Amino acid sequence: MVKATINGLEVTVKRGTTILDAAKTINVKIPTLCKHADLPASAACGICVVKVKGTTKMIRACCTPLEEKMDIITHDAELQKIRRTVLELILSNHPNDCLQCPRNNNCELQSLAADFGICEVPFPQFLRELPADKSTKTINLIPEKCILCGRCVYVCQEIQDVWALSFIERGHQTRISPAGDINLSESPCIQCGQCSAHCPTGAISEFDETSVVWDNLYNEDKYCVVQIAPAVRVAIGEAFGFRNGENFTGKLYAALRRLGFKAVFDTCFGADLTIMEEATEFVQRFAHKKGKLPLITTCCPSWVDFMEKFYPDMIENFSSAKSPHEMLGVMAKTYYAQKNSIDPSKIYMVSIMPCTSKKYEISRSKEMFVSGYQDVDVSLTTRELARMLKQAGIDFVNLEPEEPENILGEYTGAGVIFGATGGVMEAALRTAYYFITGENYKEIKFESVRGLEGVKETSINIQGTEVRIAVAHGIGNVEYVIKKIEAALASGQDLPYHFVEVMACPGGCVGGGGQPYGATDSLRLIRAKGLYDDDDSKNLRYSHDNPFIKKIYKEYLGAPLSEKAHKLLHTRYLPRPLYKK
Amino acid sequence: MEKTDSNYIKNLRDKLKKQKQSWVRVGMATCGIAAGSDQAFSFFTDKIKESSLDIKVSKCGCAGMCYVEPLVEVGIQGMESVLYCNVDLAAASEIFEKHILGNKVVTRLVYNGKGLDKQKRIVLRNCSVVNPESIEDYIAFDGYQGLIKVLTKCSSDDVINELKISGLRGRGGGGFPTWMKWNFAKNAVSDQKYIICNADEGDPGAYMDRSVLEGDPHSVLEGMMIAGYTIGASKGFLYIRAEYPLAIERIQNAINQAREYGLLGDNILNRNFQFDLEVRLGAGAFVCGEETALIASIEGKRGYPRPRPPYPSLKGLWGKPTVINNVETLANIAIILDKGGKWFSEIGTEHSKGTKVFALTGKVKSSGLIEVPMGTTLREIVFDVGGGVLYDKKIKAVQTGGPSGGVIPSEFLDTPVDYENLQNLGSIMGSGGMIVMDEDDCMVDIAKFYMQFCVDESCGKCAPCRIGTYQMLQYLTKISRGQATEADIDNLEDICHAVQKAALCGLGQTAPNPVLSTLKYFHEEYLEHVKGKKCSAGKCVRLLNYKIIRNACKKCGACFHVCPVKAISGNKNDGYTIDSTKCIKCGKCYDTCRFDAVKRG
Repeated sequence: MVKATINGLEVTVKRGTTILDAAKTINVKIPTLCKHADLPASAACGICVVKVKGTTKMIRACCTPLEEKMDIITHDAELQKIRRTVLELILSNHPNDCLQCPRNNNCELQSLAADFGICEVPFPQFLRELPADKSTKTINLIPEKCILCGRCVYVCQEIQDVWALSFIERGHQTRISPAGDINLSESPCIQCGQCSAHCPTGAISEFDETSVVWDNLYNEDKYCVVQIAPAVRVAIGEAFGFRNGENFTGKLYAALRRLGFKAVFDTCFGADLTIMEEATEFVQRFAHKKGKLPLITTCCPSWVDFMEKFYPDMIENFSSAKSPHEMLGVMAKTYYAQKNSIDPSKIYMVSIMPCTSKKYEISRSKEMFVSGYQDVDVSLTTRELARMLKQAGIDFVNLEPEEPENILGEYTGAGVIFGATGGVMEAALRTAYYFITGENYKEIKFESVRGLEGVKETSINIQGTEVRIAVAHGIGNVEYVIKKIEAALASGQDLPYHFVEVMACPGGCVGGGGQPYGATDSLRLIRAKGLYDDDDSKNLRYSHDNPFIKKIYKEYLGAPLSEKAHKLLHTRYLPRPLYKK
Repeated sequence: MEKTDSNYIKNLRDKLKKQKQSWVRVGMATCGIAAGSDQAFSFFTDKIKESSLDIKVSKCGCAGMCYVEPLVEVGIQGMESVLYCNVDLAAASEIFEKHILGNKVVTRLVYNGKGLDKQKRIVLRNCSVVNPESIEDYIAFDGYQGLIKVLTKCSSDDVINELKISGLRGRGGGGFPTWMKWNFAKNAVSDQKYIICNADEGDPGAYMDRSVLEGDPHSVLEGMMIAGYTIGASKGFLYIRAEYPLAIERIQNAINQAREYGLLGDNILNRNFQFDLEVRLGAGAFVCGEETALIASIEGKRGYPRPRPPYPSLKGLWGKPTVINNVETLANIAIILDKGGKWFSEIGTEHSKGTKVFALTGKVKSSGLIEVPMGTTLREIVFDVGGGVLYDKKIKAVQTGGPSGGVIPSEFLDTPVDYENLQNLGSIMGSGGMIVMDEDDCMVDIAKFYMQFCVDESCGKCAPCRIGTYQMLQYLTKISRGQATEADIDNLEDICHAVQKAALCGLGQTAPNPVLSTLKYFHEEYLEHVKGKKCSAGKCVRLLNYKIIRNACKKCGACFHVCPVKAISGNKNDGYTIDSTKCIKCGKCYDTCRFDAVKRG
């Protein structure tokens, strides 16, 4: 422990605690801009400077550990002045077009300027005339708004191991861009959107598609339908001031109807359907030795994109099952349309996702058009939906909860935990266990695949056979898993795993790149808890117990992996290597 | 193996010292070669070979008197050695005929020795003597004796204690006690440690490190080896800027020779000490001289500084304890260990021991590299060592520390130069750039020059430096154009303070120094630009007025044709006049006129 003084008050903190965190223990908030709670300090902005009594130098609170007997001053006239000048300098190099910015009212720079009461910047404004990069149609990069805090670069390189973003040029011409100054769409970018989720300003944000959704909602010729992903329900509340992981499923159904959607589905149903197919696939490969092991999950389009680019050799290990929202999309335009005698060409399917990458997935290959139309027409992020709800004047918080369509809407506890890392694995194991043993796994939960450990390795026993599994989230954690598999394959040893789940975003979809801003690990855990609570509250906890799933197989699909299921619910992958070996 | 034995080196030295042979040494550092010394070198080599004389012709480094290069020293047995300057081919021919063949000194070409008496050469001790391409030459001049002493007689604590006694402080600019840095790294527990030689010299006008690397590469290697032994490192890197090809070539050659002699590699001198060196090239970013950015660059990453702590001595290259020393610091190590810390501590001032090498440039008669004991006054440096101000003009100021330093006005010329004094005056020792300025130098222009450098070289990582330096440059430009107000000076000062306090690394924190020091000592000059719209030094072109002197004008019309804004009117009969309301003060007419008929002021 370290004992020191901050603003005359004694503090005792663990050795290694930064001055910034130590100050919080005595309720002093040192202003910061570039620092993100979960990321190492880049020390770029210079706002958090403090003084050590008796010295003239100022040090950065974000990255300097408190030392024994230090006497720190966090606020005085000189510090206030220096911070203000630094902030004014930053503003002199920022477009300050807050009213036309995707982060208006939700921007860390704007909040800081408001806290400092800045009404005028004394220094002449100079801007870098840099073109925006909207090439991916998922993520917009507006380098002019960038304050070069370095969060996106760190996340892209160190956490996601993608290296699509880097700093290029230097001095006042420094900017973020893919190396070689190419477009994001030509770069290794996997569109996970973690850059946007960590960006403090409007420099990186989702490719906004709300206006096309409005157009369709107001088009009477269209039959607009919608589905919401598991992780959306526990995060949408944040846009309305609830940062507690509260589950707003019922209110979302009601709100979406008020927006004008004629049918409200739930992606959790799609998740249950995915489990039926994927668990069957697993049983085929594992118990009947048909196909390659380990089986690797493919619900996450960023992960699929990464795999196609960097590990195309492992395509055969991929589950061919489509992701839940794609399954739901195709079922809406085939089964649902037939059943309700709706012309599928008029159906306009919107999916509300915690994800930027889903915008890319909906047209990634011809299998996404298997209904004869684009199965999902547009995919919005949680953030875009929040804006639409506000524009529509919906008093979201006070809405009476409603129910979804019972077809393609009712879901089990297994479907909803898809939104947290380990959830797909857990749901799949529940059903795979049933398929192999003929009875449900008694304990229901697989605790060892839950939580935020980067790679979770465990095994379960199914009828005396050990099933080895790995769950990784955050692409940076994948390499460990893949290398282990490759090493075993190369040496002919036993496979380290039979079943692998990967989600590109830290924490899984609850930490998705399209979720409300400000996610930290603690918030990811809170959101995940909201999903696990939903699972706990359900009577039905196994996908195969979902009566509507049974119905859809009976009435339409036949059985999992049937010819029809294959055609509608499965996809293929293509090697898309970026670099020649 | 014979060569790995310390006795082998000692015996070799004794044998070489006993050799009696006449010699010719040609200064072949970059400065010498640029002045044409390679021609002199080939001339002497060929002539002596042709004449079958028993005279050794060898290269040597820079003697420091760059203003009279090429330098050639001739040592004929039975005669005192003579240093000749400005040796072009004709001079070389004369020296060969008269001195080498005729044993008669060519007095006309002998270097006058001015400015040498106040100097003391420790770092540059070998630079004009030893052939930098020969390890044997280095050994003959007591090279590697420091290493032998350390490996055979000293523990790491002994070395650190000796450095502590010596009082040696880092010569890269910071002045941090070298023994402390080494001690931190020595005490750090790790399976791997590193030594890095920072040879990313980048201050405008400074070339001390280049000279040492080119003139005495083995002394730097020896310093690194001693450091490696002391802290327990088995690997070292020399980070040299790629713009120093000759230094790189000679260092690489020295490393190869040291390997051949068993001074690098395994079981060095049979003392169970393992150490090897590698050269890494810098790509020209000034910020890579900052230690954490340099480390990032060696690691193959973008040369961005990172916050300290942790300091490199605890967590440096690849997270391992790393000592980073500047070239000049390392060149001091071997001789300190050889001659003892006490010997070194007797030179210099109370808190700044030893000598300092400066690149003395600007408006000074004898520009070049000088090495003086700490505590020598600026006046002694400029007037005794440097021979005074060029054209005997009035000295206005001395700039030290490059873009991180400040301007010291002439009233402080009697200040003894050491780390503390320079800092108290608002400048810094820096790596050793020293620029003399006279009454024709404009302080706003000087500040602008350094700020332009900082803007170009800011890495862009931290906002205060990235944006602050750019904004400061805008204000300085405005002032130099007579467009600024007094409020602009206040804004400029505010930015200076913010950048000084809130920039991440040393480059940013010191970037405002040239502005702050000129504002402090030459405030009136700033006001002259702002209020009087005038630049007395005549440097700020936009503040100058142009006039055509009728009597001098030959009515050729050249000025009329080059004026880009048609501010000049007239014809070949009546002559020409400048309309000052239209004139944009670009100076084209002034530059074009061949008859000095355009006057500016």
